[in-house]
Amino acid sequence: MVTSPTQRLVVKLLGGAVAMFFFAIFVLPPIYDVFCDITGLGGKTGGKYVPEESVIDESRTVRVQFVATNNGAMPWDFKPMVHEVRVHPGAAVPVKFMAKNTTSKDMVAQAIPSVSPINAARYFLKTECFCFNQQPLAAGAEAELPLVFIVDRDLPSAVHTITLSYTLFDITGRSDAPLTASTN
Amino acid sequence: MAHGPAKGIGRWLFTTNHKDIGTLYLWFSFTMFLLGGFFAMVIRAELFQPGMQIIRPEFFNQMTTMHGLVMVFGAIMPAFVGLANWMIPLQIGAPDMALPRMNNLSFWILPFAFAILSSTLFMEGGAPNFGWTFYAPLSTTYAPPSVNYFIFAIHIMGASSIMGSINIIATVLNLRAPGMTMMKMPLFVWTWLITAFLLIAVMPVLAGAVTMMLMDINFGTSFFNAAGGGDPVLFQHVFWFFGHPEVYIIILPAFGVISAIIPTFSRKPLFGYSSMVYATAAIAFLSFIVWAHHMFTVGMPLTGELYFMYATMLIAVPTGVKVFNWVATMFKGAMSFETPMLFAIAFVILFTIGGFTGLMLAIAPSDIQYHDTYFVVAHFHYVMVAGAVFSGTGAVYYWLPKWCGKMYNETMGKLQFWIAFIGFNITFFPQHFLGLAGMPRRYADYALQFADWNMVSSIGAFMYGAAQLLFLYNVIATIVAGKPVTEPKTWEGAEGLEWTVPTPAPYHTFSTPPEVK
Repeated sequence: MVTSPTQRLVVKLLGGAVAMFFFAIFVLPPIYDVFCDITGLGGKTGGKYVPEESVIDESRTVRVQFVATNNGAMPWDFKPMVHEVRVHPGAAVPVKFMAKNTTSKDMVAQAIPSVSPINAARYFLKTECFCFNQQPLAAGAEAELPLVFIVDRDLPSAVHTITLSYTLFDITGRSDAPLTASTN
Repeated sequence: MAHGPAKGIGRWLFTTNHKDIGTLYLWFSFTMFLLGGFFAMVIRAELFQPGMQIIRPEFFNQMTTMHGLVMVFGAIMPAFVGLANWMIPLQIGAPDMALPRMNNLSFWILPFAFAILSSTLFMEGGAPNFGWTFYAPLSTTYAPPSVNYFIFAIHIMGASSIMGSINIIATVLNLRAPGMTMMKMPLFVWTWLITAFLLIAVMPVLAGAVTMMLMDINFGTSFFNAAGGGDPVLFQHVFWFFGHPEVYIIILPAFGVISAIIPTFSRKPLFGYSSMVYATAAIAFLSFIVWAHHMFTVGMPLTGELYFMYATMLIAVPTGVKVFNWVATMFKGAMSFETPMLFAIAFVILFTIGGFTGLMLAIAPSDIQYHDTYFVVAHFHYVMVAGAVFSGTGAVYYWLPKWCGKMYNETMGKLQFWIAFIGFNITFFPQHFLGLAGMPRRYADYALQFADWNMVSSIGAFMYGAAQLLFLYNVIATIVAGKPVTEPKTWEGAEGLEWTVPTPAPYHTFSTPPEVK
């Protein structure tokens, strides 16, 4: 059926267009994610970290600050219980955040982390984080949200302060959606 | 091939003739131009004075969004597709486009796309109000329900553009007259060939972007939703990966038109033909690797900003080649200043101004100051309006005698040019000042210190709008009552195959291919 040069050309061009469509949906977003994972761009932190050894670099102290923000019209109270800690790279540090569902209905939330400066994101390792899971809270309930992190000893020496920000999203009603956030 | 056009409305509905379809495209784009222009008039009327006078802020946002979408996808792009349909077969000695039935389809789905898009104005919640760049999550989480109609309209426009591009590439590569080698093609054909490849590469990416939006809105995915692990910045990357080539899709055919008009009225061949071809290809290539210069404020690392800054500045080199070639073509030419030439010269001057402000915006540290101010608005209207629209208007005056066998009224043409030229500059030059003074774009109201220049800008806009009505009058008056012309060559200095066919161009041309020496 496809015989003339014009038909062959049209098939090729159409194939190119279809390929670009799938490239945009199925290739660009994963490439972007991988790129951000490797470079730490966007301040995304990695998934659950399993500590291998615990050599603590006592010669160096890094300030870690915590920020908690509500996205959009999220009505919960959400705040860090300490606003700043000073840590030695290599040491596992537990901290807690506080969340309270101030509404009269049961809700589910998801916290999304972001680290600044972006070149510190790869060196901010979390062995335990409430952001790995969704947070259901009954109406009026309150919870302490745990986080254990290690600042990697390879952290660039120019970095003296790391800010960890959590944005709390209301995902009530859509919490059955596949949650790719588990990598965060 | 003796038969002429069919009778009645069927001629237009079922036509596969490249001239008919070109005409349809041109009239459709002019209709959209008036619609988008009406939206612009609403915007400028509201901004005439500080405070809210005529419309509500929500409606203002719908107007800016619809103005951008209608002008980019409805007015400028179809105008150049219409010119391509009319002129490419005539310029390469082909009897018609390579795929005439697809040509019909690619035009006739467009009115449906814009009917869908325009209908959102009457829907509950209003039309899309998130700006023509429709950044997620503004266009997903916070969008009015009509966003779904917008998405489908974009899909249809994309399908139309892709079909049009395939048709143009197939025509140019396979239907050239014997002896018409690639490096003998008129520059308008060259620029359109390269534009068509750009369209095939990036219109599907736009379709992909709106498809991801559709899934985020309706099917619970999280491409651009941070709560689900997605990333809003990803949207900007995908959008501008389409968006930057898109601006060259708009301007490259305009370059082609200017490269036809200037040699004609300078009575000299185009200076540096092959460098023009290579410059066009270079601009097309560079357009794919500079997209993030639209996003200098998202928080890129310094290396990223530096790369995108230098790569963007690199575009000035091939563009400069073009501008200097046009100037060199005019240099020592026996120039005359008919209406098309006036538009072409204005294009070269105003596009260069727009190019320079583009260079200013390319400098990452200063872009952080200019970002999302009226300076950006002034910049892209200098390249889009004084670039694409002036070139399209010039093209209509230039080829209108060939199309309909009637000569336009030179005095009226020049009158339209001067009103448009002065009105355009009164509208957009003050917007540079407003932007540098810090007036942000996309707001229905502004601080008092911006009042004077906004009033000036609005007056210019009404003037420029009036010039378009005069343009409409001129075209209709020419078709209805213009002085008949019969010589194949309307313009003394014109070269090319389109000037070897009779005037007006018969319904079928080049049924036997011409000899190109």
